[in-house]
Amino acid sequence: MSVRVWHRPPMIADPRLRWGLSLAVLVYLFLAVGSLEVNWQRVAEGLERGAAFAAALFTPDFSSRGADILEGFLESLAMTFVSTTIGLLLAVPVAVGAARNLSPLPVYLICRGFIAISRSFQEIIIAILFVAMLGFGPLAGVATLAFASIGFIAKLLAEDIEAMDPKPLEAIRATGGSATQTLHWGVMPVVLPRLVGVSMYRLDINFRESAIIGIVGAGGIGATLNTAFDRYEYDTAAAILLLIIAIVLLSEYVSGFIRGRLR
Amino acid sequence: MPVIHANGQPLWRQRTPRAVLLAWLGWFAVVALLALSWQFISERTIWIFVTDAPRQGADLLSRMVPPDWAYTGTLWRPLWDTLNIATLGTLLALVVATPLAFLAARNTTPAIPGLRAVALLVIVSSRSINSLIWALLLVMILGPGVLAGIIAIALRSIGFIGKLLYEAIEESDAKPVEAIVATGASPAQMRLYAIVPQIMPAFAGISVYRWDINIREATILGLVGAGGIGLELMASVNVLAWGRVSMIFLLILATVLASEWVSARVRAAVT
Repeated sequence: MSVRVWHRPPMIADPRLRWGLSLAVLVYLFLAVGSLEVNWQRVAEGLERGAAFAAALFTPDFSSRGADILEGFLESLAMTFVSTTIGLLLAVPVAVGAARNLSPLPVYLICRGFIAISRSFQEIIIAILFVAMLGFGPLAGVATLAFASIGFIAKLLAEDIEAMDPKPLEAIRATGGSATQTLHWGVMPVVLPRLVGVSMYRLDINFRESAIIGIVGAGGIGATLNTAFDRYEYDTAAAILLLIIAIVLLSEYVSGFIRGRLR
Repeated sequence: MPVIHANGQPLWRQRTPRAVLLAWLGWFAVVALLALSWQFISERTIWIFVTDAPRQGADLLSRMVPPDWAYTGTLWRPLWDTLNIATLGTLLALVVATPLAFLAARNTTPAIPGLRAVALLVIVSSRSINSLIWALLLVMILGPGVLAGIIAIALRSIGFIGKLLYEAIEESDAKPVEAIVATGASPAQMRLYAIVPQIMPAFAGISVYRWDINIREATILGLVGAGGIGLELMASVNVLAWGRVSMIFLLILATVLASEWVSARVRAAVT
Protein backbone atom coordinates (compact mmCIF):
# COMPACT_ATOMS: atom_id res chain seq x y z
CA MET A 1 0.00 0.00 0.00
CA SER A 2 1.51 3.29 -1.07
CA VAL A 3 0.97 6.56 0.75
CA ARG A 4 0.59 9.67 -1.35
CA VAL A 5 2.73 12.52 -0.02
CA TRP A 6 2.31 16.14 -1.14
CA HIS A 7 5.40 18.03 -2.26
CA ARG A 8 5.69 21.69 -3.09
CA PRO A 9 5.85 22.24 -6.85
CA PRO A 10 9.43 23.05 -7.93
CA MET A 11 10.24 26.57 -9.16
CA ILE A 12 11.34 25.41 -12.60
CA ALA A 13 8.89 22.87 -14.00
CA ASP A 14 11.12 21.23 -16.66
CA PRO A 15 13.40 18.74 -14.81
CA ARG A 16 16.13 18.85 -17.48
CA LEU A 17 16.34 22.65 -17.27
CA ARG A 18 16.22 22.49 -13.47
CA TRP A 19 19.08 20.00 -13.12
CA GLY A 20 21.04 21.60 -15.95
CA LEU A 21 20.86 25.02 -14.30
CA SER A 22 21.79 23.63 -10.88
CA LEU A 23 24.80 21.84 -12.39
CA ALA A 24 25.88 25.00 -14.25
CA VAL A 25 25.66 27.04 -11.03
CA LEU A 26 27.72 24.45 -9.15
CA VAL A 27 30.38 24.34 -11.87
CA TYR A 28 30.53 28.15 -11.93
CA LEU A 29 30.85 28.37 -8.14
CA PHE A 30 33.61 25.76 -8.20
CA LEU A 31 35.54 27.67 -10.88
CA ALA A 32 34.94 31.08 -9.32
CA VAL A 33 35.92 30.12 -5.79
CA GLY A 34 38.85 28.11 -7.17
CA SER A 35 40.21 31.15 -8.99
CA LEU A 36 40.26 33.32 -5.85
CA GLU A 37 43.77 34.12 -4.77
CA VAL A 38 43.71 35.02 -1.11
CA ASN A 39 46.78 35.74 0.92
CA TRP A 40 45.53 34.31 4.23
CA GLN A 41 48.61 35.45 6.10
CA ARG A 42 47.92 39.05 5.03
CA VAL A 43 44.27 38.62 6.04
CA ALA A 44 45.28 37.39 9.47
CA GLU A 45 47.60 40.35 9.94
CA GLY A 46 44.85 42.67 8.78
CA LEU A 47 42.28 41.44 11.26
CA GLU A 48 44.19 43.29 13.95
CA ARG A 49 43.85 46.51 11.98
CA GLY A 50 40.18 45.72 11.44
CA ALA A 51 39.72 45.46 15.18
CA ALA A 52 41.60 48.75 15.63
CA PHE A 53 39.30 50.42 13.12
CA ALA A 54 36.17 48.96 14.73
CA ALA A 55 37.38 50.31 18.06
CA ALA A 56 38.04 53.70 16.44
CA LEU A 57 34.39 53.86 15.34
CA PHE A 58 33.52 54.30 19.01
CA THR A 59 36.24 56.91 19.61
CA PRO A 60 36.09 59.05 16.47
CA ASP A 61 38.55 61.94 16.40
CA PHE A 62 36.92 65.04 14.90
CA SER A 63 39.45 67.57 16.17
CA SER A 64 43.06 66.71 15.30
CA ARG A 65 42.38 66.97 11.54
CA GLY A 66 39.35 69.19 12.11
CA ALA A 67 40.38 71.84 9.60
CA ASP A 68 40.92 69.23 6.83
CA ILE A 69 37.58 67.57 7.57
CA LEU A 70 35.71 70.90 7.53
CA GLU A 71 37.43 71.92 4.30
CA GLY A 72 36.56 68.55 2.70
CA PHE A 73 32.91 68.72 3.70
CA LEU A 74 32.51 72.36 2.59
CA GLU A 75 34.08 71.40 -0.73
CA SER A 76 31.71 68.44 -1.09
CA LEU A 77 28.67 70.58 -0.29
CA ALA A 78 29.77 73.36 -2.66
CA MET A 79 30.36 70.80 -5.43
CA THR A 80 26.94 69.27 -4.77
CA PHE A 81 25.04 72.58 -5.03
CA VAL A 82 26.87 73.94 -8.07
CA SER A 83 26.85 70.67 -10.03
CA THR A 84 23.17 69.98 -9.37
CA THR A 85 22.24 73.50 -10.54
CA ILE A 86 24.36 73.30 -13.69
CA GLY A 87 23.05 69.79 -14.37
CA LEU A 88 19.46 70.93 -13.89
CA LEU A 89 19.82 73.96 -16.18
CA LEU A 90 21.37 71.85 -18.95
CA ALA A 91 19.06 68.87 -18.42
CA VAL A 92 15.88 70.82 -19.19
CA PRO A 93 16.66 71.49 -22.88
CA VAL A 94 18.02 67.96 -23.29
CA ALA A 95 14.82 66.55 -21.76
CA VAL A 96 12.64 68.61 -24.11
CA GLY A 97 14.77 67.34 -27.01
CA ALA A 98 14.44 63.75 -25.80
CA ALA A 99 10.63 63.86 -25.56
CA ARG A 100 9.19 62.30 -28.70
CA ASN A 101 5.93 64.30 -28.47
CA LEU A 102 7.76 67.66 -28.66
CA SER A 103 10.84 67.08 -30.82
CA PRO A 104 11.57 65.91 -34.36
CA LEU A 105 13.29 62.54 -34.80
CA PRO A 106 16.92 63.72 -35.40
CA VAL A 107 16.92 65.93 -32.27
CA TYR A 108 15.27 63.10 -30.33
CA LEU A 109 17.96 60.60 -31.35
CA ILE A 110 20.84 62.98 -30.50
CA CYS A 111 19.41 63.80 -27.06
CA ARG A 112 18.62 60.15 -26.27
CA GLY A 113 22.14 59.17 -27.34
CA PHE A 114 23.63 61.79 -25.03
CA ILE A 115 21.47 60.55 -22.13
CA ALA A 116 22.54 56.94 -22.80
CA ILE A 117 26.26 57.87 -22.75
CA SER A 118 25.92 59.98 -19.61
CA ARG A 119 24.13 57.16 -17.80
CA SER A 120 26.24 54.15 -18.81
CA PHE A 121 29.48 55.20 -17.13
CA GLN A 122 30.07 55.40 -13.43
CA GLU A 123 30.73 58.88 -12.05
CA ILE A 124 34.25 57.90 -11.01
CA ILE A 125 35.21 56.88 -14.56
CA ILE A 126 33.99 60.23 -15.89
CA ALA A 127 35.91 61.88 -13.05
CA ILE A 128 39.17 60.29 -14.26
CA LEU A 129 38.69 61.94 -17.66
CA PHE A 130 37.75 65.33 -16.24
CA VAL A 131 40.70 65.28 -13.84
CA ALA A 132 42.96 64.60 -16.83
CA MET A 133 41.42 67.56 -18.68
CA LEU A 134 40.85 70.15 -15.94
CA GLY A 135 43.54 69.19 -13.42
CA PHE A 136 43.08 68.05 -9.82
CA GLY A 137 40.50 69.84 -7.69
CA PRO A 138 36.81 70.44 -7.14
CA LEU A 139 36.17 71.87 -10.62
CA ALA A 140 36.75 68.42 -12.16
CA GLY A 141 34.27 67.08 -9.59
CA VAL A 142 31.68 69.70 -10.50
CA ALA A 143 32.06 68.85 -14.19
CA THR A 144 31.70 65.12 -13.45
CA LEU A 145 28.62 65.45 -11.26
CA ALA A 146 27.00 67.96 -13.62
CA PHE A 147 27.56 65.62 -16.59
CA ALA A 148 26.05 62.66 -14.71
CA SER A 149 23.15 64.81 -13.45
CA ILE A 150 22.20 65.86 -16.98
CA GLY A 151 21.60 62.27 -18.06
CA PHE A 152 19.75 61.36 -14.87
CA ILE A 153 17.43 64.39 -14.69
CA ALA A 154 16.85 64.56 -18.46
CA LYS A 155 15.83 60.88 -18.68
CA LEU A 156 13.27 61.09 -15.87
CA LEU A 157 11.96 64.46 -17.06
CA ALA A 158 11.67 63.31 -20.68
CA GLU A 159 9.65 60.27 -19.59
CA ASP A 160 7.36 62.58 -17.62
CA ILE A 161 6.89 64.89 -20.61
CA GLU A 162 6.13 61.95 -22.90
CA ALA A 163 3.54 60.64 -20.45
CA MET A 164 1.64 63.95 -20.24
CA ASP A 165 -1.87 64.51 -21.55
CA PRO A 166 -1.68 65.88 -25.15
CA LYS A 167 -4.89 67.93 -24.78
CA PRO A 168 -3.46 71.04 -23.02
CA LEU A 169 -0.73 71.20 -25.70
CA GLU A 170 -3.33 71.03 -28.45
CA ALA A 171 -5.39 73.72 -26.77
CA ILE A 172 -2.44 76.09 -26.51
CA ARG A 173 -1.36 75.43 -30.09
CA ALA A 174 -4.95 76.05 -31.20
CA THR A 175 -4.87 79.54 -29.67
CA GLY A 176 -1.79 80.25 -31.80
CA GLY A 177 0.85 79.68 -29.10
CA SER A 178 4.44 79.50 -30.30
CA ALA A 179 6.78 76.64 -29.35
CA THR A 180 8.17 78.53 -26.34
CA GLN A 181 4.67 79.55 -25.24
CA THR A 182 3.56 75.92 -25.49
CA LEU A 183 6.49 74.89 -23.29
CA HIS A 184 5.86 77.63 -20.75
CA TRP A 185 2.08 77.36 -20.41
CA GLY A 186 1.46 73.75 -21.46
CA VAL A 187 4.40 71.58 -20.42
CA MET A 188 5.96 73.41 -17.47
CA PRO A 189 2.96 73.45 -15.11
CA VAL A 190 2.52 69.71 -15.61
CA VAL A 191 6.13 68.60 -15.08
CA LEU A 192 7.33 71.22 -12.58
CA PRO A 193 6.51 69.22 -9.39
CA ARG A 194 8.25 66.19 -10.84
CA LEU A 195 11.25 68.30 -11.90
CA VAL A 196 11.65 69.68 -8.37
CA GLY A 197 11.35 66.15 -6.93
CA VAL A 198 13.92 64.69 -9.33
CA SER A 199 16.34 67.57 -8.63
CA MET A 200 16.04 67.00 -4.88
CA TYR A 201 16.74 63.31 -5.43
CA ARG A 202 19.76 64.14 -7.58
CA LEU A 203 21.06 66.62 -4.96
CA ASP A 204 21.06 63.71 -2.53
CA ILE A 205 22.87 61.39 -5.00
CA ASN A 206 25.40 64.10 -5.89
CA PHE A 207 26.40 64.49 -2.26
CA ARG A 208 26.96 60.73 -1.94
CA GLU A 209 29.01 60.69 -5.13
CA SER A 210 31.01 63.76 -4.09
CA ALA A 211 32.28 61.64 -1.19
CA ILE A 212 33.66 59.11 -3.70
CA ILE A 213 35.18 60.96 -6.63
CA GLY A 214 37.86 62.54 -4.43
CA ILE A 215 39.60 59.16 -4.58
CA VAL A 216 40.71 59.94 -8.16
CA GLY A 217 41.53 63.57 -7.37
CA ALA A 218 38.24 65.34 -8.11
CA GLY A 219 37.98 67.14 -4.75
CA GLY A 220 35.59 66.77 -1.85
CA ILE A 221 35.56 64.74 1.34
CA GLY A 222 36.62 61.56 -0.50
CA ALA A 223 40.14 62.92 -0.86
CA THR A 224 40.32 63.65 2.88
CA LEU A 225 39.04 60.16 3.68
CA ASN A 226 41.53 58.55 1.32
CA THR A 227 44.39 60.49 2.93
CA ALA A 228 43.25 59.44 6.40
CA PHE A 229 43.29 55.77 5.35
CA ASP A 230 46.69 56.17 3.70
CA ARG A 231 48.12 57.57 6.94
CA TYR A 232 46.40 54.78 8.96
CA GLU A 233 44.61 57.46 11.02
CA TYR A 234 41.67 55.24 11.92
CA ASP A 235 40.02 57.63 14.36
CA THR A 236 39.96 60.47 11.80
CA ALA A 237 38.68 58.08 9.10
CA ALA A 238 35.99 56.86 11.50
CA ALA A 239 34.95 60.46 12.21
CA ILE A 240 34.63 61.19 8.47
CA LEU A 241 32.65 57.99 7.84
CA LEU A 242 30.24 58.76 10.68
CA LEU A 243 29.76 62.31 9.36
CA ILE A 244 29.08 60.97 5.84
CA ILE A 245 26.47 58.54 7.20
CA ALA A 246 24.84 61.33 9.22
CA ILE A 247 24.69 63.76 6.28
CA VAL A 248 23.45 61.06 3.88
CA LEU A 249 20.67 60.07 6.28
CA LEU A 250 19.75 63.74 6.86
CA SER A 251 19.68 64.57 3.16
CA GLU A 252 17.75 61.39 2.36
CA TYR A 253 15.20 62.38 5.00
CA VAL A 254 14.93 66.00 3.80
CA SER A 255 14.72 65.05 0.13
CA GLY A 256 12.12 62.37 0.94
CA PHE A 257 10.14 64.90 2.96
CA ILE A 258 10.14 67.48 0.13
CA ARG A 259 9.26 64.83 -2.45
CA GLY A 260 6.46 63.57 -0.19
CA ARG A 261 5.05 67.11 0.16
CA LEU A 262 5.01 67.52 -3.63
CA ARG A 263 3.01 64.37 -4.26
CA MET B 1 -6.74 84.06 -5.07
CA PRO B 2 -5.81 87.52 -3.81
CA VAL B 3 -7.55 90.56 -5.23
CA ILE B 4 -5.92 93.96 -4.77
CA HIS B 5 -8.00 97.15 -4.83
CA ALA B 6 -6.10 99.85 -6.66
CA ASN B 7 -7.62 103.11 -8.00
CA GLY B 8 -11.03 101.82 -6.90
CA GLN B 9 -10.77 98.81 -9.23
CA PRO B 10 -10.30 95.15 -8.21
CA LEU B 11 -7.09 93.76 -9.65
CA TRP B 12 -6.47 90.01 -9.75
CA ARG B 13 -3.00 88.74 -8.86
CA GLN B 14 -1.67 85.19 -8.87
CA ARG B 15 -0.02 85.58 -5.44
CA THR B 16 -0.34 87.83 -2.39
CA PRO B 17 2.38 90.49 -1.97
CA ARG B 18 3.67 88.51 1.01
CA ALA B 19 4.01 85.31 -1.07
CA VAL B 20 5.78 87.27 -3.82
CA LEU B 21 8.23 88.69 -1.29
CA LEU B 22 8.90 85.25 0.22
CA ALA B 23 9.47 83.72 -3.22
CA TRP B 24 11.99 86.46 -4.03
CA LEU B 25 13.75 85.91 -0.72
CA GLY B 26 13.92 82.18 -1.44
CA TRP B 27 15.44 82.77 -4.86
CA PHE B 28 17.86 85.27 -3.36
CA ALA B 29 19.01 82.69 -0.78
CA VAL B 30 19.52 80.04 -3.47
CA VAL B 31 21.50 82.38 -5.71
CA ALA B 32 23.61 83.63 -2.79
CA LEU B 33 24.39 80.05 -1.75
CA LEU B 34 25.39 79.20 -5.32
CA ALA B 35 27.60 82.27 -5.62
CA LEU B 36 29.34 81.42 -2.36
CA SER B 37 29.83 77.79 -3.43
CA TRP B 38 31.17 78.84 -6.79
CA GLN B 39 33.61 81.27 -5.19
CA PHE B 40 34.78 78.49 -2.86
CA ILE B 41 35.41 76.14 -5.79
CA SER B 42 36.99 78.84 -7.92
CA GLU B 43 39.54 79.63 -5.20
CA ARG B 44 40.63 75.98 -5.25
CA THR B 45 40.96 75.73 -9.01
CA ILE B 46 44.11 76.31 -11.02
CA TRP B 47 42.59 78.28 -13.89
CA ILE B 48 45.62 77.98 -16.15
CA PHE B 49 44.89 74.24 -16.44
CA VAL B 50 41.26 74.97 -17.20
CA THR B 51 41.96 77.42 -20.02
CA ASP B 52 44.12 74.65 -21.44
CA ALA B 53 41.27 72.11 -21.18
CA PRO B 54 40.04 72.14 -24.82
CA ARG B 55 43.56 71.37 -26.04
CA GLN B 56 44.00 68.73 -23.34
CA GLY B 57 40.64 67.21 -24.27
CA ALA B 58 41.51 67.04 -27.95
CA ASP B 59 44.88 65.55 -27.07
CA LEU B 60 43.24 62.95 -24.81
CA LEU B 61 40.78 62.02 -27.54
CA SER B 62 43.52 61.64 -30.15
CA ARG B 63 45.45 59.34 -27.81
CA MET B 64 42.36 57.30 -26.99
CA VAL B 65 41.01 56.89 -30.45
CA PRO B 66 42.50 53.84 -31.83
CA PRO B 67 41.80 51.64 -28.76
CA ASP B 68 44.65 49.25 -28.06
CA TRP B 69 42.93 46.12 -29.43
CA ALA B 70 45.96 43.89 -28.72
CA TYR B 71 45.60 44.72 -25.02
CA THR B 72 42.31 42.74 -24.84
CA GLY B 73 44.26 39.50 -24.34
CA THR B 74 45.46 40.53 -20.89
CA LEU B 75 42.02 41.80 -19.91
CA TRP B 76 40.10 38.49 -19.82
CA ARG B 77 41.42 37.47 -16.42
CA PRO B 78 40.55 40.82 -14.72
CA LEU B 79 37.13 40.67 -16.41
CA TRP B 80 36.55 37.17 -14.98
CA ASP B 81 37.57 38.52 -11.56
CA THR B 82 35.11 41.40 -11.96
CA LEU B 83 32.27 38.98 -12.76
CA ASN B 84 33.23 36.89 -9.72
CA ILE B 85 33.33 39.92 -7.43
CA ALA B 86 29.82 40.90 -8.50
CA THR B 87 28.34 37.39 -8.46
CA LEU B 88 29.92 36.03 -5.29
CA GLY B 89 29.34 39.37 -3.55
CA THR B 90 25.65 39.25 -4.46
CA LEU B 91 25.37 35.61 -3.27
CA LEU B 92 27.06 36.45 0.03
CA ALA B 93 24.73 39.44 0.47
CA LEU B 94 21.68 37.24 -0.23
CA VAL B 95 22.76 34.77 2.45
CA VAL B 96 22.97 37.57 5.04
CA ALA B 97 20.14 39.79 3.82
CA THR B 98 17.40 37.13 3.67
CA PRO B 99 17.29 36.32 7.41
CA LEU B 100 17.86 40.03 8.11
CA ALA B 101 14.78 40.90 6.03
CA PHE B 102 12.68 38.41 8.02
CA LEU B 103 13.91 40.05 11.23
CA ALA B 104 13.15 43.54 9.90
CA ALA B 105 9.68 42.89 8.46
CA ARG B 106 6.92 43.90 10.87
CA ASN B 107 4.88 40.74 10.25
CA THR B 108 7.67 38.16 10.62
CA THR B 109 10.04 39.66 13.19
CA PRO B 110 10.29 37.54 16.36
CA ALA B 111 8.71 39.01 19.48
CA ILE B 112 12.04 40.10 20.99
CA PRO B 113 12.06 43.81 21.87
CA GLY B 114 14.71 45.84 20.07
CA LEU B 115 15.59 43.13 17.52
CA ARG B 116 13.69 44.82 14.69
CA ALA B 117 15.37 48.16 15.45
CA VAL B 118 18.81 46.51 15.29
CA ALA B 119 17.97 44.83 11.96
CA LEU B 120 16.78 48.17 10.54
CA LEU B 121 19.93 49.91 11.78
CA VAL B 122 22.13 47.34 10.03
CA ILE B 123 20.16 47.82 6.81
CA VAL B 124 20.38 51.63 6.95
CA SER B 125 24.09 51.84 7.75
CA SER B 126 24.96 49.29 5.04
CA ARG B 127 22.95 51.28 2.50
CA SER B 128 24.41 54.70 3.25
CA ILE B 129 28.06 53.80 2.56
CA ASN B 130 29.09 53.42 -1.07
CA SER B 131 30.78 50.14 -2.03
CA LEU B 132 33.91 52.05 -3.02
CA ILE B 133 34.29 53.34 0.55
CA TRP B 134 33.69 49.83 1.89
CA ALA B 135 36.41 48.66 -0.52
CA LEU B 136 38.81 51.36 0.68
CA LEU B 137 38.27 50.15 4.22
CA LEU B 138 38.56 46.44 3.38
CA VAL B 139 41.70 46.84 1.28
CA MET B 140 43.30 48.40 4.32
CA ILE B 141 42.16 45.52 6.52
CA LEU B 142 42.40 42.45 4.25
CA GLY B 143 45.03 43.64 1.82
CA PRO B 144 44.46 44.28 -1.90
CA GLY B 145 42.68 41.62 -3.92
CA VAL B 146 39.44 40.07 -5.05
CA LEU B 147 38.36 39.05 -1.53
CA ALA B 148 38.15 42.69 -0.39
CA GLY B 149 36.05 43.45 -3.48
CA ILE B 150 33.64 40.58 -2.83
CA ILE B 151 33.08 41.61 0.77
CA ALA B 152 32.74 45.31 -0.16
CA ILE B 153 30.05 44.45 -2.72
CA ALA B 154 28.32 42.18 -0.20
CA LEU B 155 28.35 44.82 2.58
CA ARG B 156 26.77 47.44 0.32
CA SER B 157 24.21 44.98 -1.12
CA ILE B 158 22.97 43.67 2.25
CA GLY B 159 21.19 46.95 2.96
CA PHE B 160 19.76 47.26 -0.54
CA ILE B 161 18.46 43.69 -0.77
CA GLY B 162 17.37 43.67 2.88
CA LYS B 163 15.30 46.83 2.45
CA LEU B 164 13.51 45.74 -0.73
CA LEU B 165 12.96 42.22 0.58
CA TYR B 166 11.50 43.25 3.94
CA GLU B 167 9.14 45.62 2.14
CA ALA B 168 8.05 42.68 -0.05
CA ILE B 169 7.48 40.53 3.06
CA GLU B 170 5.41 43.27 4.69
CA GLU B 171 3.30 43.57 1.55
CA SER B 172 2.59 39.81 1.41
CA ASP B 173 -0.99 38.60 1.83
CA ALA B 174 -1.91 37.63 5.41
CA LYS B 175 -4.55 35.02 4.45
CA PRO B 176 -2.18 32.17 3.43
CA VAL B 177 -0.32 32.79 6.70
CA GLU B 178 -3.56 32.34 8.68
CA ALA B 179 -4.43 29.21 6.71
CA ILE B 180 -1.04 27.60 7.33
CA VAL B 181 -1.05 28.54 11.03
CA ALA B 182 -4.57 27.03 11.33
CA THR B 183 -3.16 23.63 10.25
CA GLY B 184 -0.88 23.72 13.31
CA ALA B 185 2.32 24.78 11.56
CA SER B 186 5.32 25.97 13.57
CA PRO B 187 6.59 29.56 13.03
CA ALA B 188 9.36 28.24 10.78
CA GLN B 189 6.89 26.20 8.70
CA MET B 190 4.60 29.23 8.47
CA ARG B 191 7.44 31.33 6.98
CA LEU B 192 8.51 28.53 4.62
CA TYR B 193 5.06 27.59 3.30
CA ALA B 194 3.12 30.88 3.55
CA ILE B 195 5.63 33.73 3.11
CA VAL B 196 8.40 32.26 0.95
CA PRO B 197 6.22 31.28 -2.04
CA GLN B 198 4.72 34.78 -2.02
CA ILE B 199 8.02 36.65 -2.04
CA MET B 200 9.87 34.30 -4.43
CA PRO B 201 9.28 36.42 -7.57
CA ALA B 202 10.30 39.61 -5.72
CA PHE B 203 13.35 37.78 -4.35
CA ALA B 204 14.50 36.70 -7.81
CA GLY B 205 13.84 40.14 -9.27
CA ILE B 206 15.69 42.00 -6.50
CA SER B 207 18.71 39.66 -6.63
CA VAL B 208 19.15 39.99 -10.37
CA TYR B 209 18.62 43.76 -10.21
CA ARG B 210 21.29 44.11 -7.54
CA TRP B 211 23.60 41.76 -9.46
CA ASP B 212 23.30 44.09 -12.45
CA ILE B 213 24.20 47.13 -10.28
CA ASN B 214 27.05 45.15 -8.71
CA ILE B 215 28.59 44.39 -12.12
CA ARG B 216 28.82 48.15 -12.70
CA GLU B 217 30.28 48.77 -9.27
CA ALA B 218 32.72 45.84 -9.50
CA THR B 219 34.29 47.40 -12.61
CA ILE B 220 35.57 50.35 -10.55
CA LEU B 221 36.50 48.71 -7.23
CA GLY B 222 39.99 48.08 -8.59
CA LEU B 223 40.64 51.84 -8.42
CA VAL B 224 41.27 51.38 -4.69
CA GLY B 225 42.95 47.98 -5.12
CA ALA B 226 40.01 45.64 -4.63
CA GLY B 227 40.61 43.51 -7.71
CA GLY B 228 38.95 43.24 -11.11
CA ILE B 229 39.25 45.29 -14.26
CA GLY B 230 39.52 48.55 -12.29
CA LEU B 231 43.08 47.55 -11.32
CA GLU B 232 44.07 47.51 -15.00
CA LEU B 233 42.22 50.81 -15.50
CA MET B 234 44.12 52.51 -12.68
CA ALA B 235 47.44 51.06 -13.90
CA SER B 236 46.79 52.31 -17.45
CA VAL B 237 45.72 55.78 -16.23
CA ASN B 238 48.82 56.05 -14.07
CA VAL B 239 51.15 55.36 -17.00
CA LEU B 240 48.96 57.56 -19.28
CA ALA B 241 48.32 54.66 -21.69
CA TRP B 242 45.09 56.21 -23.00
CA GLY B 243 44.68 53.66 -25.81
CA ARG B 244 44.44 50.95 -23.17
CA VAL B 245 42.07 53.10 -21.11
CA SER B 246 39.65 53.43 -24.02
CA MET B 247 39.89 49.67 -24.63
CA ILE B 248 38.94 49.06 -20.99
CA PHE B 249 36.05 51.56 -21.32
CA LEU B 250 34.72 49.65 -24.33
CA LEU B 251 34.94 46.35 -22.46
CA ILE B 252 33.22 47.82 -19.40
CA LEU B 253 30.47 49.27 -21.59
CA ALA B 254 29.93 45.87 -23.29
CA THR B 255 29.83 44.06 -19.93
CA VAL B 256 27.40 46.56 -18.42
CA LEU B 257 25.09 46.38 -21.46
CA ALA B 258 25.18 42.55 -21.39
CA SER B 259 24.39 42.37 -17.67
CA GLU B 260 21.59 44.92 -18.11
CA TRP B 261 20.11 42.75 -20.89
CA VAL B 262 20.32 39.59 -18.75
CA SER B 263 18.79 41.37 -15.77
CA ALA B 264 15.93 42.81 -17.86
CA ARG B 265 15.18 39.36 -19.36
CA VAL B 266 15.13 37.61 -15.99
CA ARG B 267 13.01 40.31 -14.37
CA ALA B 268 10.54 40.17 -17.26
CA ALA B 269 10.37 36.37 -16.83
CA VAL B 270 9.66 36.36 -13.08
CA THR B 271 7.10 39.16 -12.89
